[in-house]
Amino acid sequence: MIRLEKVRVLFNQGTALEKVVLKNVSLTIEEGEIVTVIGGNGAGKSTLLNVLTGDINISQGRIFFEETDVTRWSAAKRASMVARVFQDPLVGTCGSLTVEENLALAFYRGKNLGLGFALSPKNRKAFTTFLERLNLGLEARLKDPIGLLSGGQRQAISLIMAVLAPMQILVLDEHTAALDPRTAAFIIQLTRNIILEKNLTVLMVTHSMHQALEVGNRTLMLTEGEIVFDVKGAERSKLKEDDLLRLFKEVVHKTGEEDEILLNV
Amino acid sequence: MNELQFLGAIELGLIYGMVALGVYLSFRVLDFPDLTADGSFPLGAALAATLISQGQDPWLSTLCAVLGGCVSGLFTAWLSVRWKILNLLASILTMLALYSINLRIMKGPNVTIMMDIKTIFSPFETFFTAKIAGTILLLSLIALVAGVSLWYFLLTKTGLALRATGTNPRMAQAQGIKTKGMILLGISLSNGLIALGGALFAQHQGFADVTIGNGTIIMGLAAVIIGEVVFPTRRIWLTLFACIIGTILHRFAIALALNADGLGLQATDLNLVTAAIVIIAMILPRLKEATANKLIGRGHA
Repeated sequence: MIRLEKVRVLFNQGTALEKVVLKNVSLTIEEGEIVTVIGGNGAGKSTLLNVLTGDINISQGRIFFEETDVTRWSAAKRASMVARVFQDPLVGTCGSLTVEENLALAFYRGKNLGLGFALSPKNRKAFTTFLERLNLGLEARLKDPIGLLSGGQRQAISLIMAVLAPMQILVLDEHTAALDPRTAAFIIQLTRNIILEKNLTVLMVTHSMHQALEVGNRTLMLTEGEIVFDVKGAERSKLKEDDLLRLFKEVVHKTGEEDEILLNV
Repeated sequence: MNELQFLGAIELGLIYGMVALGVYLSFRVLDFPDLTADGSFPLGAALAATLISQGQDPWLSTLCAVLGGCVSGLFTAWLSVRWKILNLLASILTMLALYSINLRIMKGPNVTIMMDIKTIFSPFETFFTAKIAGTILLLSLIALVAGVSLWYFLLTKTGLALRATGTNPRMAQAQGIKTKGMILLGISLSNGLIALGGALFAQHQGFADVTIGNGTIIMGLAAVIIGEVVFPTRRIWLTLFACIIGTILHRFAIALALNADGLGLQATDLNLVTAAIVIIAMILPRLKEATANKLIGRGHA
């Protein structure tokens, strides 16, 4: 269980440009919940995600993973509990390192490193098995620098990397936004398969209303740093994309129309 | 170039090879432009020469020199990661401070190791009929041990984390790698290697001088770049080997340039020649790229 208690995030604190990005957000994510998060630009979606991973320090409030207070933990320290797939596959993988070296880094995520060899015949074999299941032929490219692979291939590997080590929550940061529609559909299908198979707890930020309902069992809508809409269960399964869009228009009515344009429905 | 100059270039190449390994670690692996070398190289020389002149065990003195280098690297990295001082500037500050520290250590601008005092080279000098053969043997062994150790280290989990820190710190953090710690570790190791070069230099030449550090970083960088041009590879062991070979080639280039009668260069032109070699080595790949692009452009037309 992940719990945010009255989390407040300020940017440029103490300056004339001070901005409240999250306003006292409280949120509890139960084990096995797959939460999709939508909202316009600047609504605080990415901030919420970065608060979970520890990339952004909060100004007020508390964050608990199970009963552990991780509020002041750095991103590196939280890595044993949080796995992340970045929007840009170039950020999520290390271009100059080989495919197997990237996988090894993810395999040891949050563990003590020490002076043992990073790659052994045993984990090479495990990596091959993981990649074979993608059916992309990537198992033959273990020794290639990952920078030689396409964006879609790199994002598929990022997903595999995220689930190589145990975690309490998987966070997906608009992880299909940088891909072409066909590749995006493939990555979403892969995401769903992996989540189901591993029975993961997930927070997925997305720009697409379609994805927000297609994936997961709970949907949040953020506007101006607040959760304005939180739906799950039967109520959610009745929702259509159009309903969601209408809701979205209602709640963001006061913020103007540019958000609509930015939404990709 | 006569035989003596040829062998001398190999000796100096092996000594500065340690510098090249250190520079490879900071500039290439960690992407941290660290100029501490200009201070940590003479620091290693000063520590080794002073301790050995006082009658300390030469191996122990060399170890002290290496540790001294590690500490100076640690200081640079600490300034950079803890206090967010620009890495280049942090290293220049350490370099500046080390100049005074080196004068303190030597209690003057230089220290001479007397002929009758034992250095790590002494037992090897009587191995073969030619004194220089023993010296080269020992230097080769040290280069081999340093190179293999660094190779092994870069293949370990910690070494992989270090490489990830250098190429993509954000991704590294998401994988739970403490990137600040990795920079501290890497820059410390790098300067340890460079100080080892200084300690070997002092014992080989029989003196340490506060000015011997001038241009160390450029010599190291020259070696790394020449190595990359001669052995373009992604294999780590070959890259490390290329660093050492690059240093030796660089020493050859210097010896040749200074000896070419037509050029009229003298020993004091060393830094000019070194700078010229680095500039050429850096321009050549760009020139090659530009020519290749031109050719491709024509092909399409």
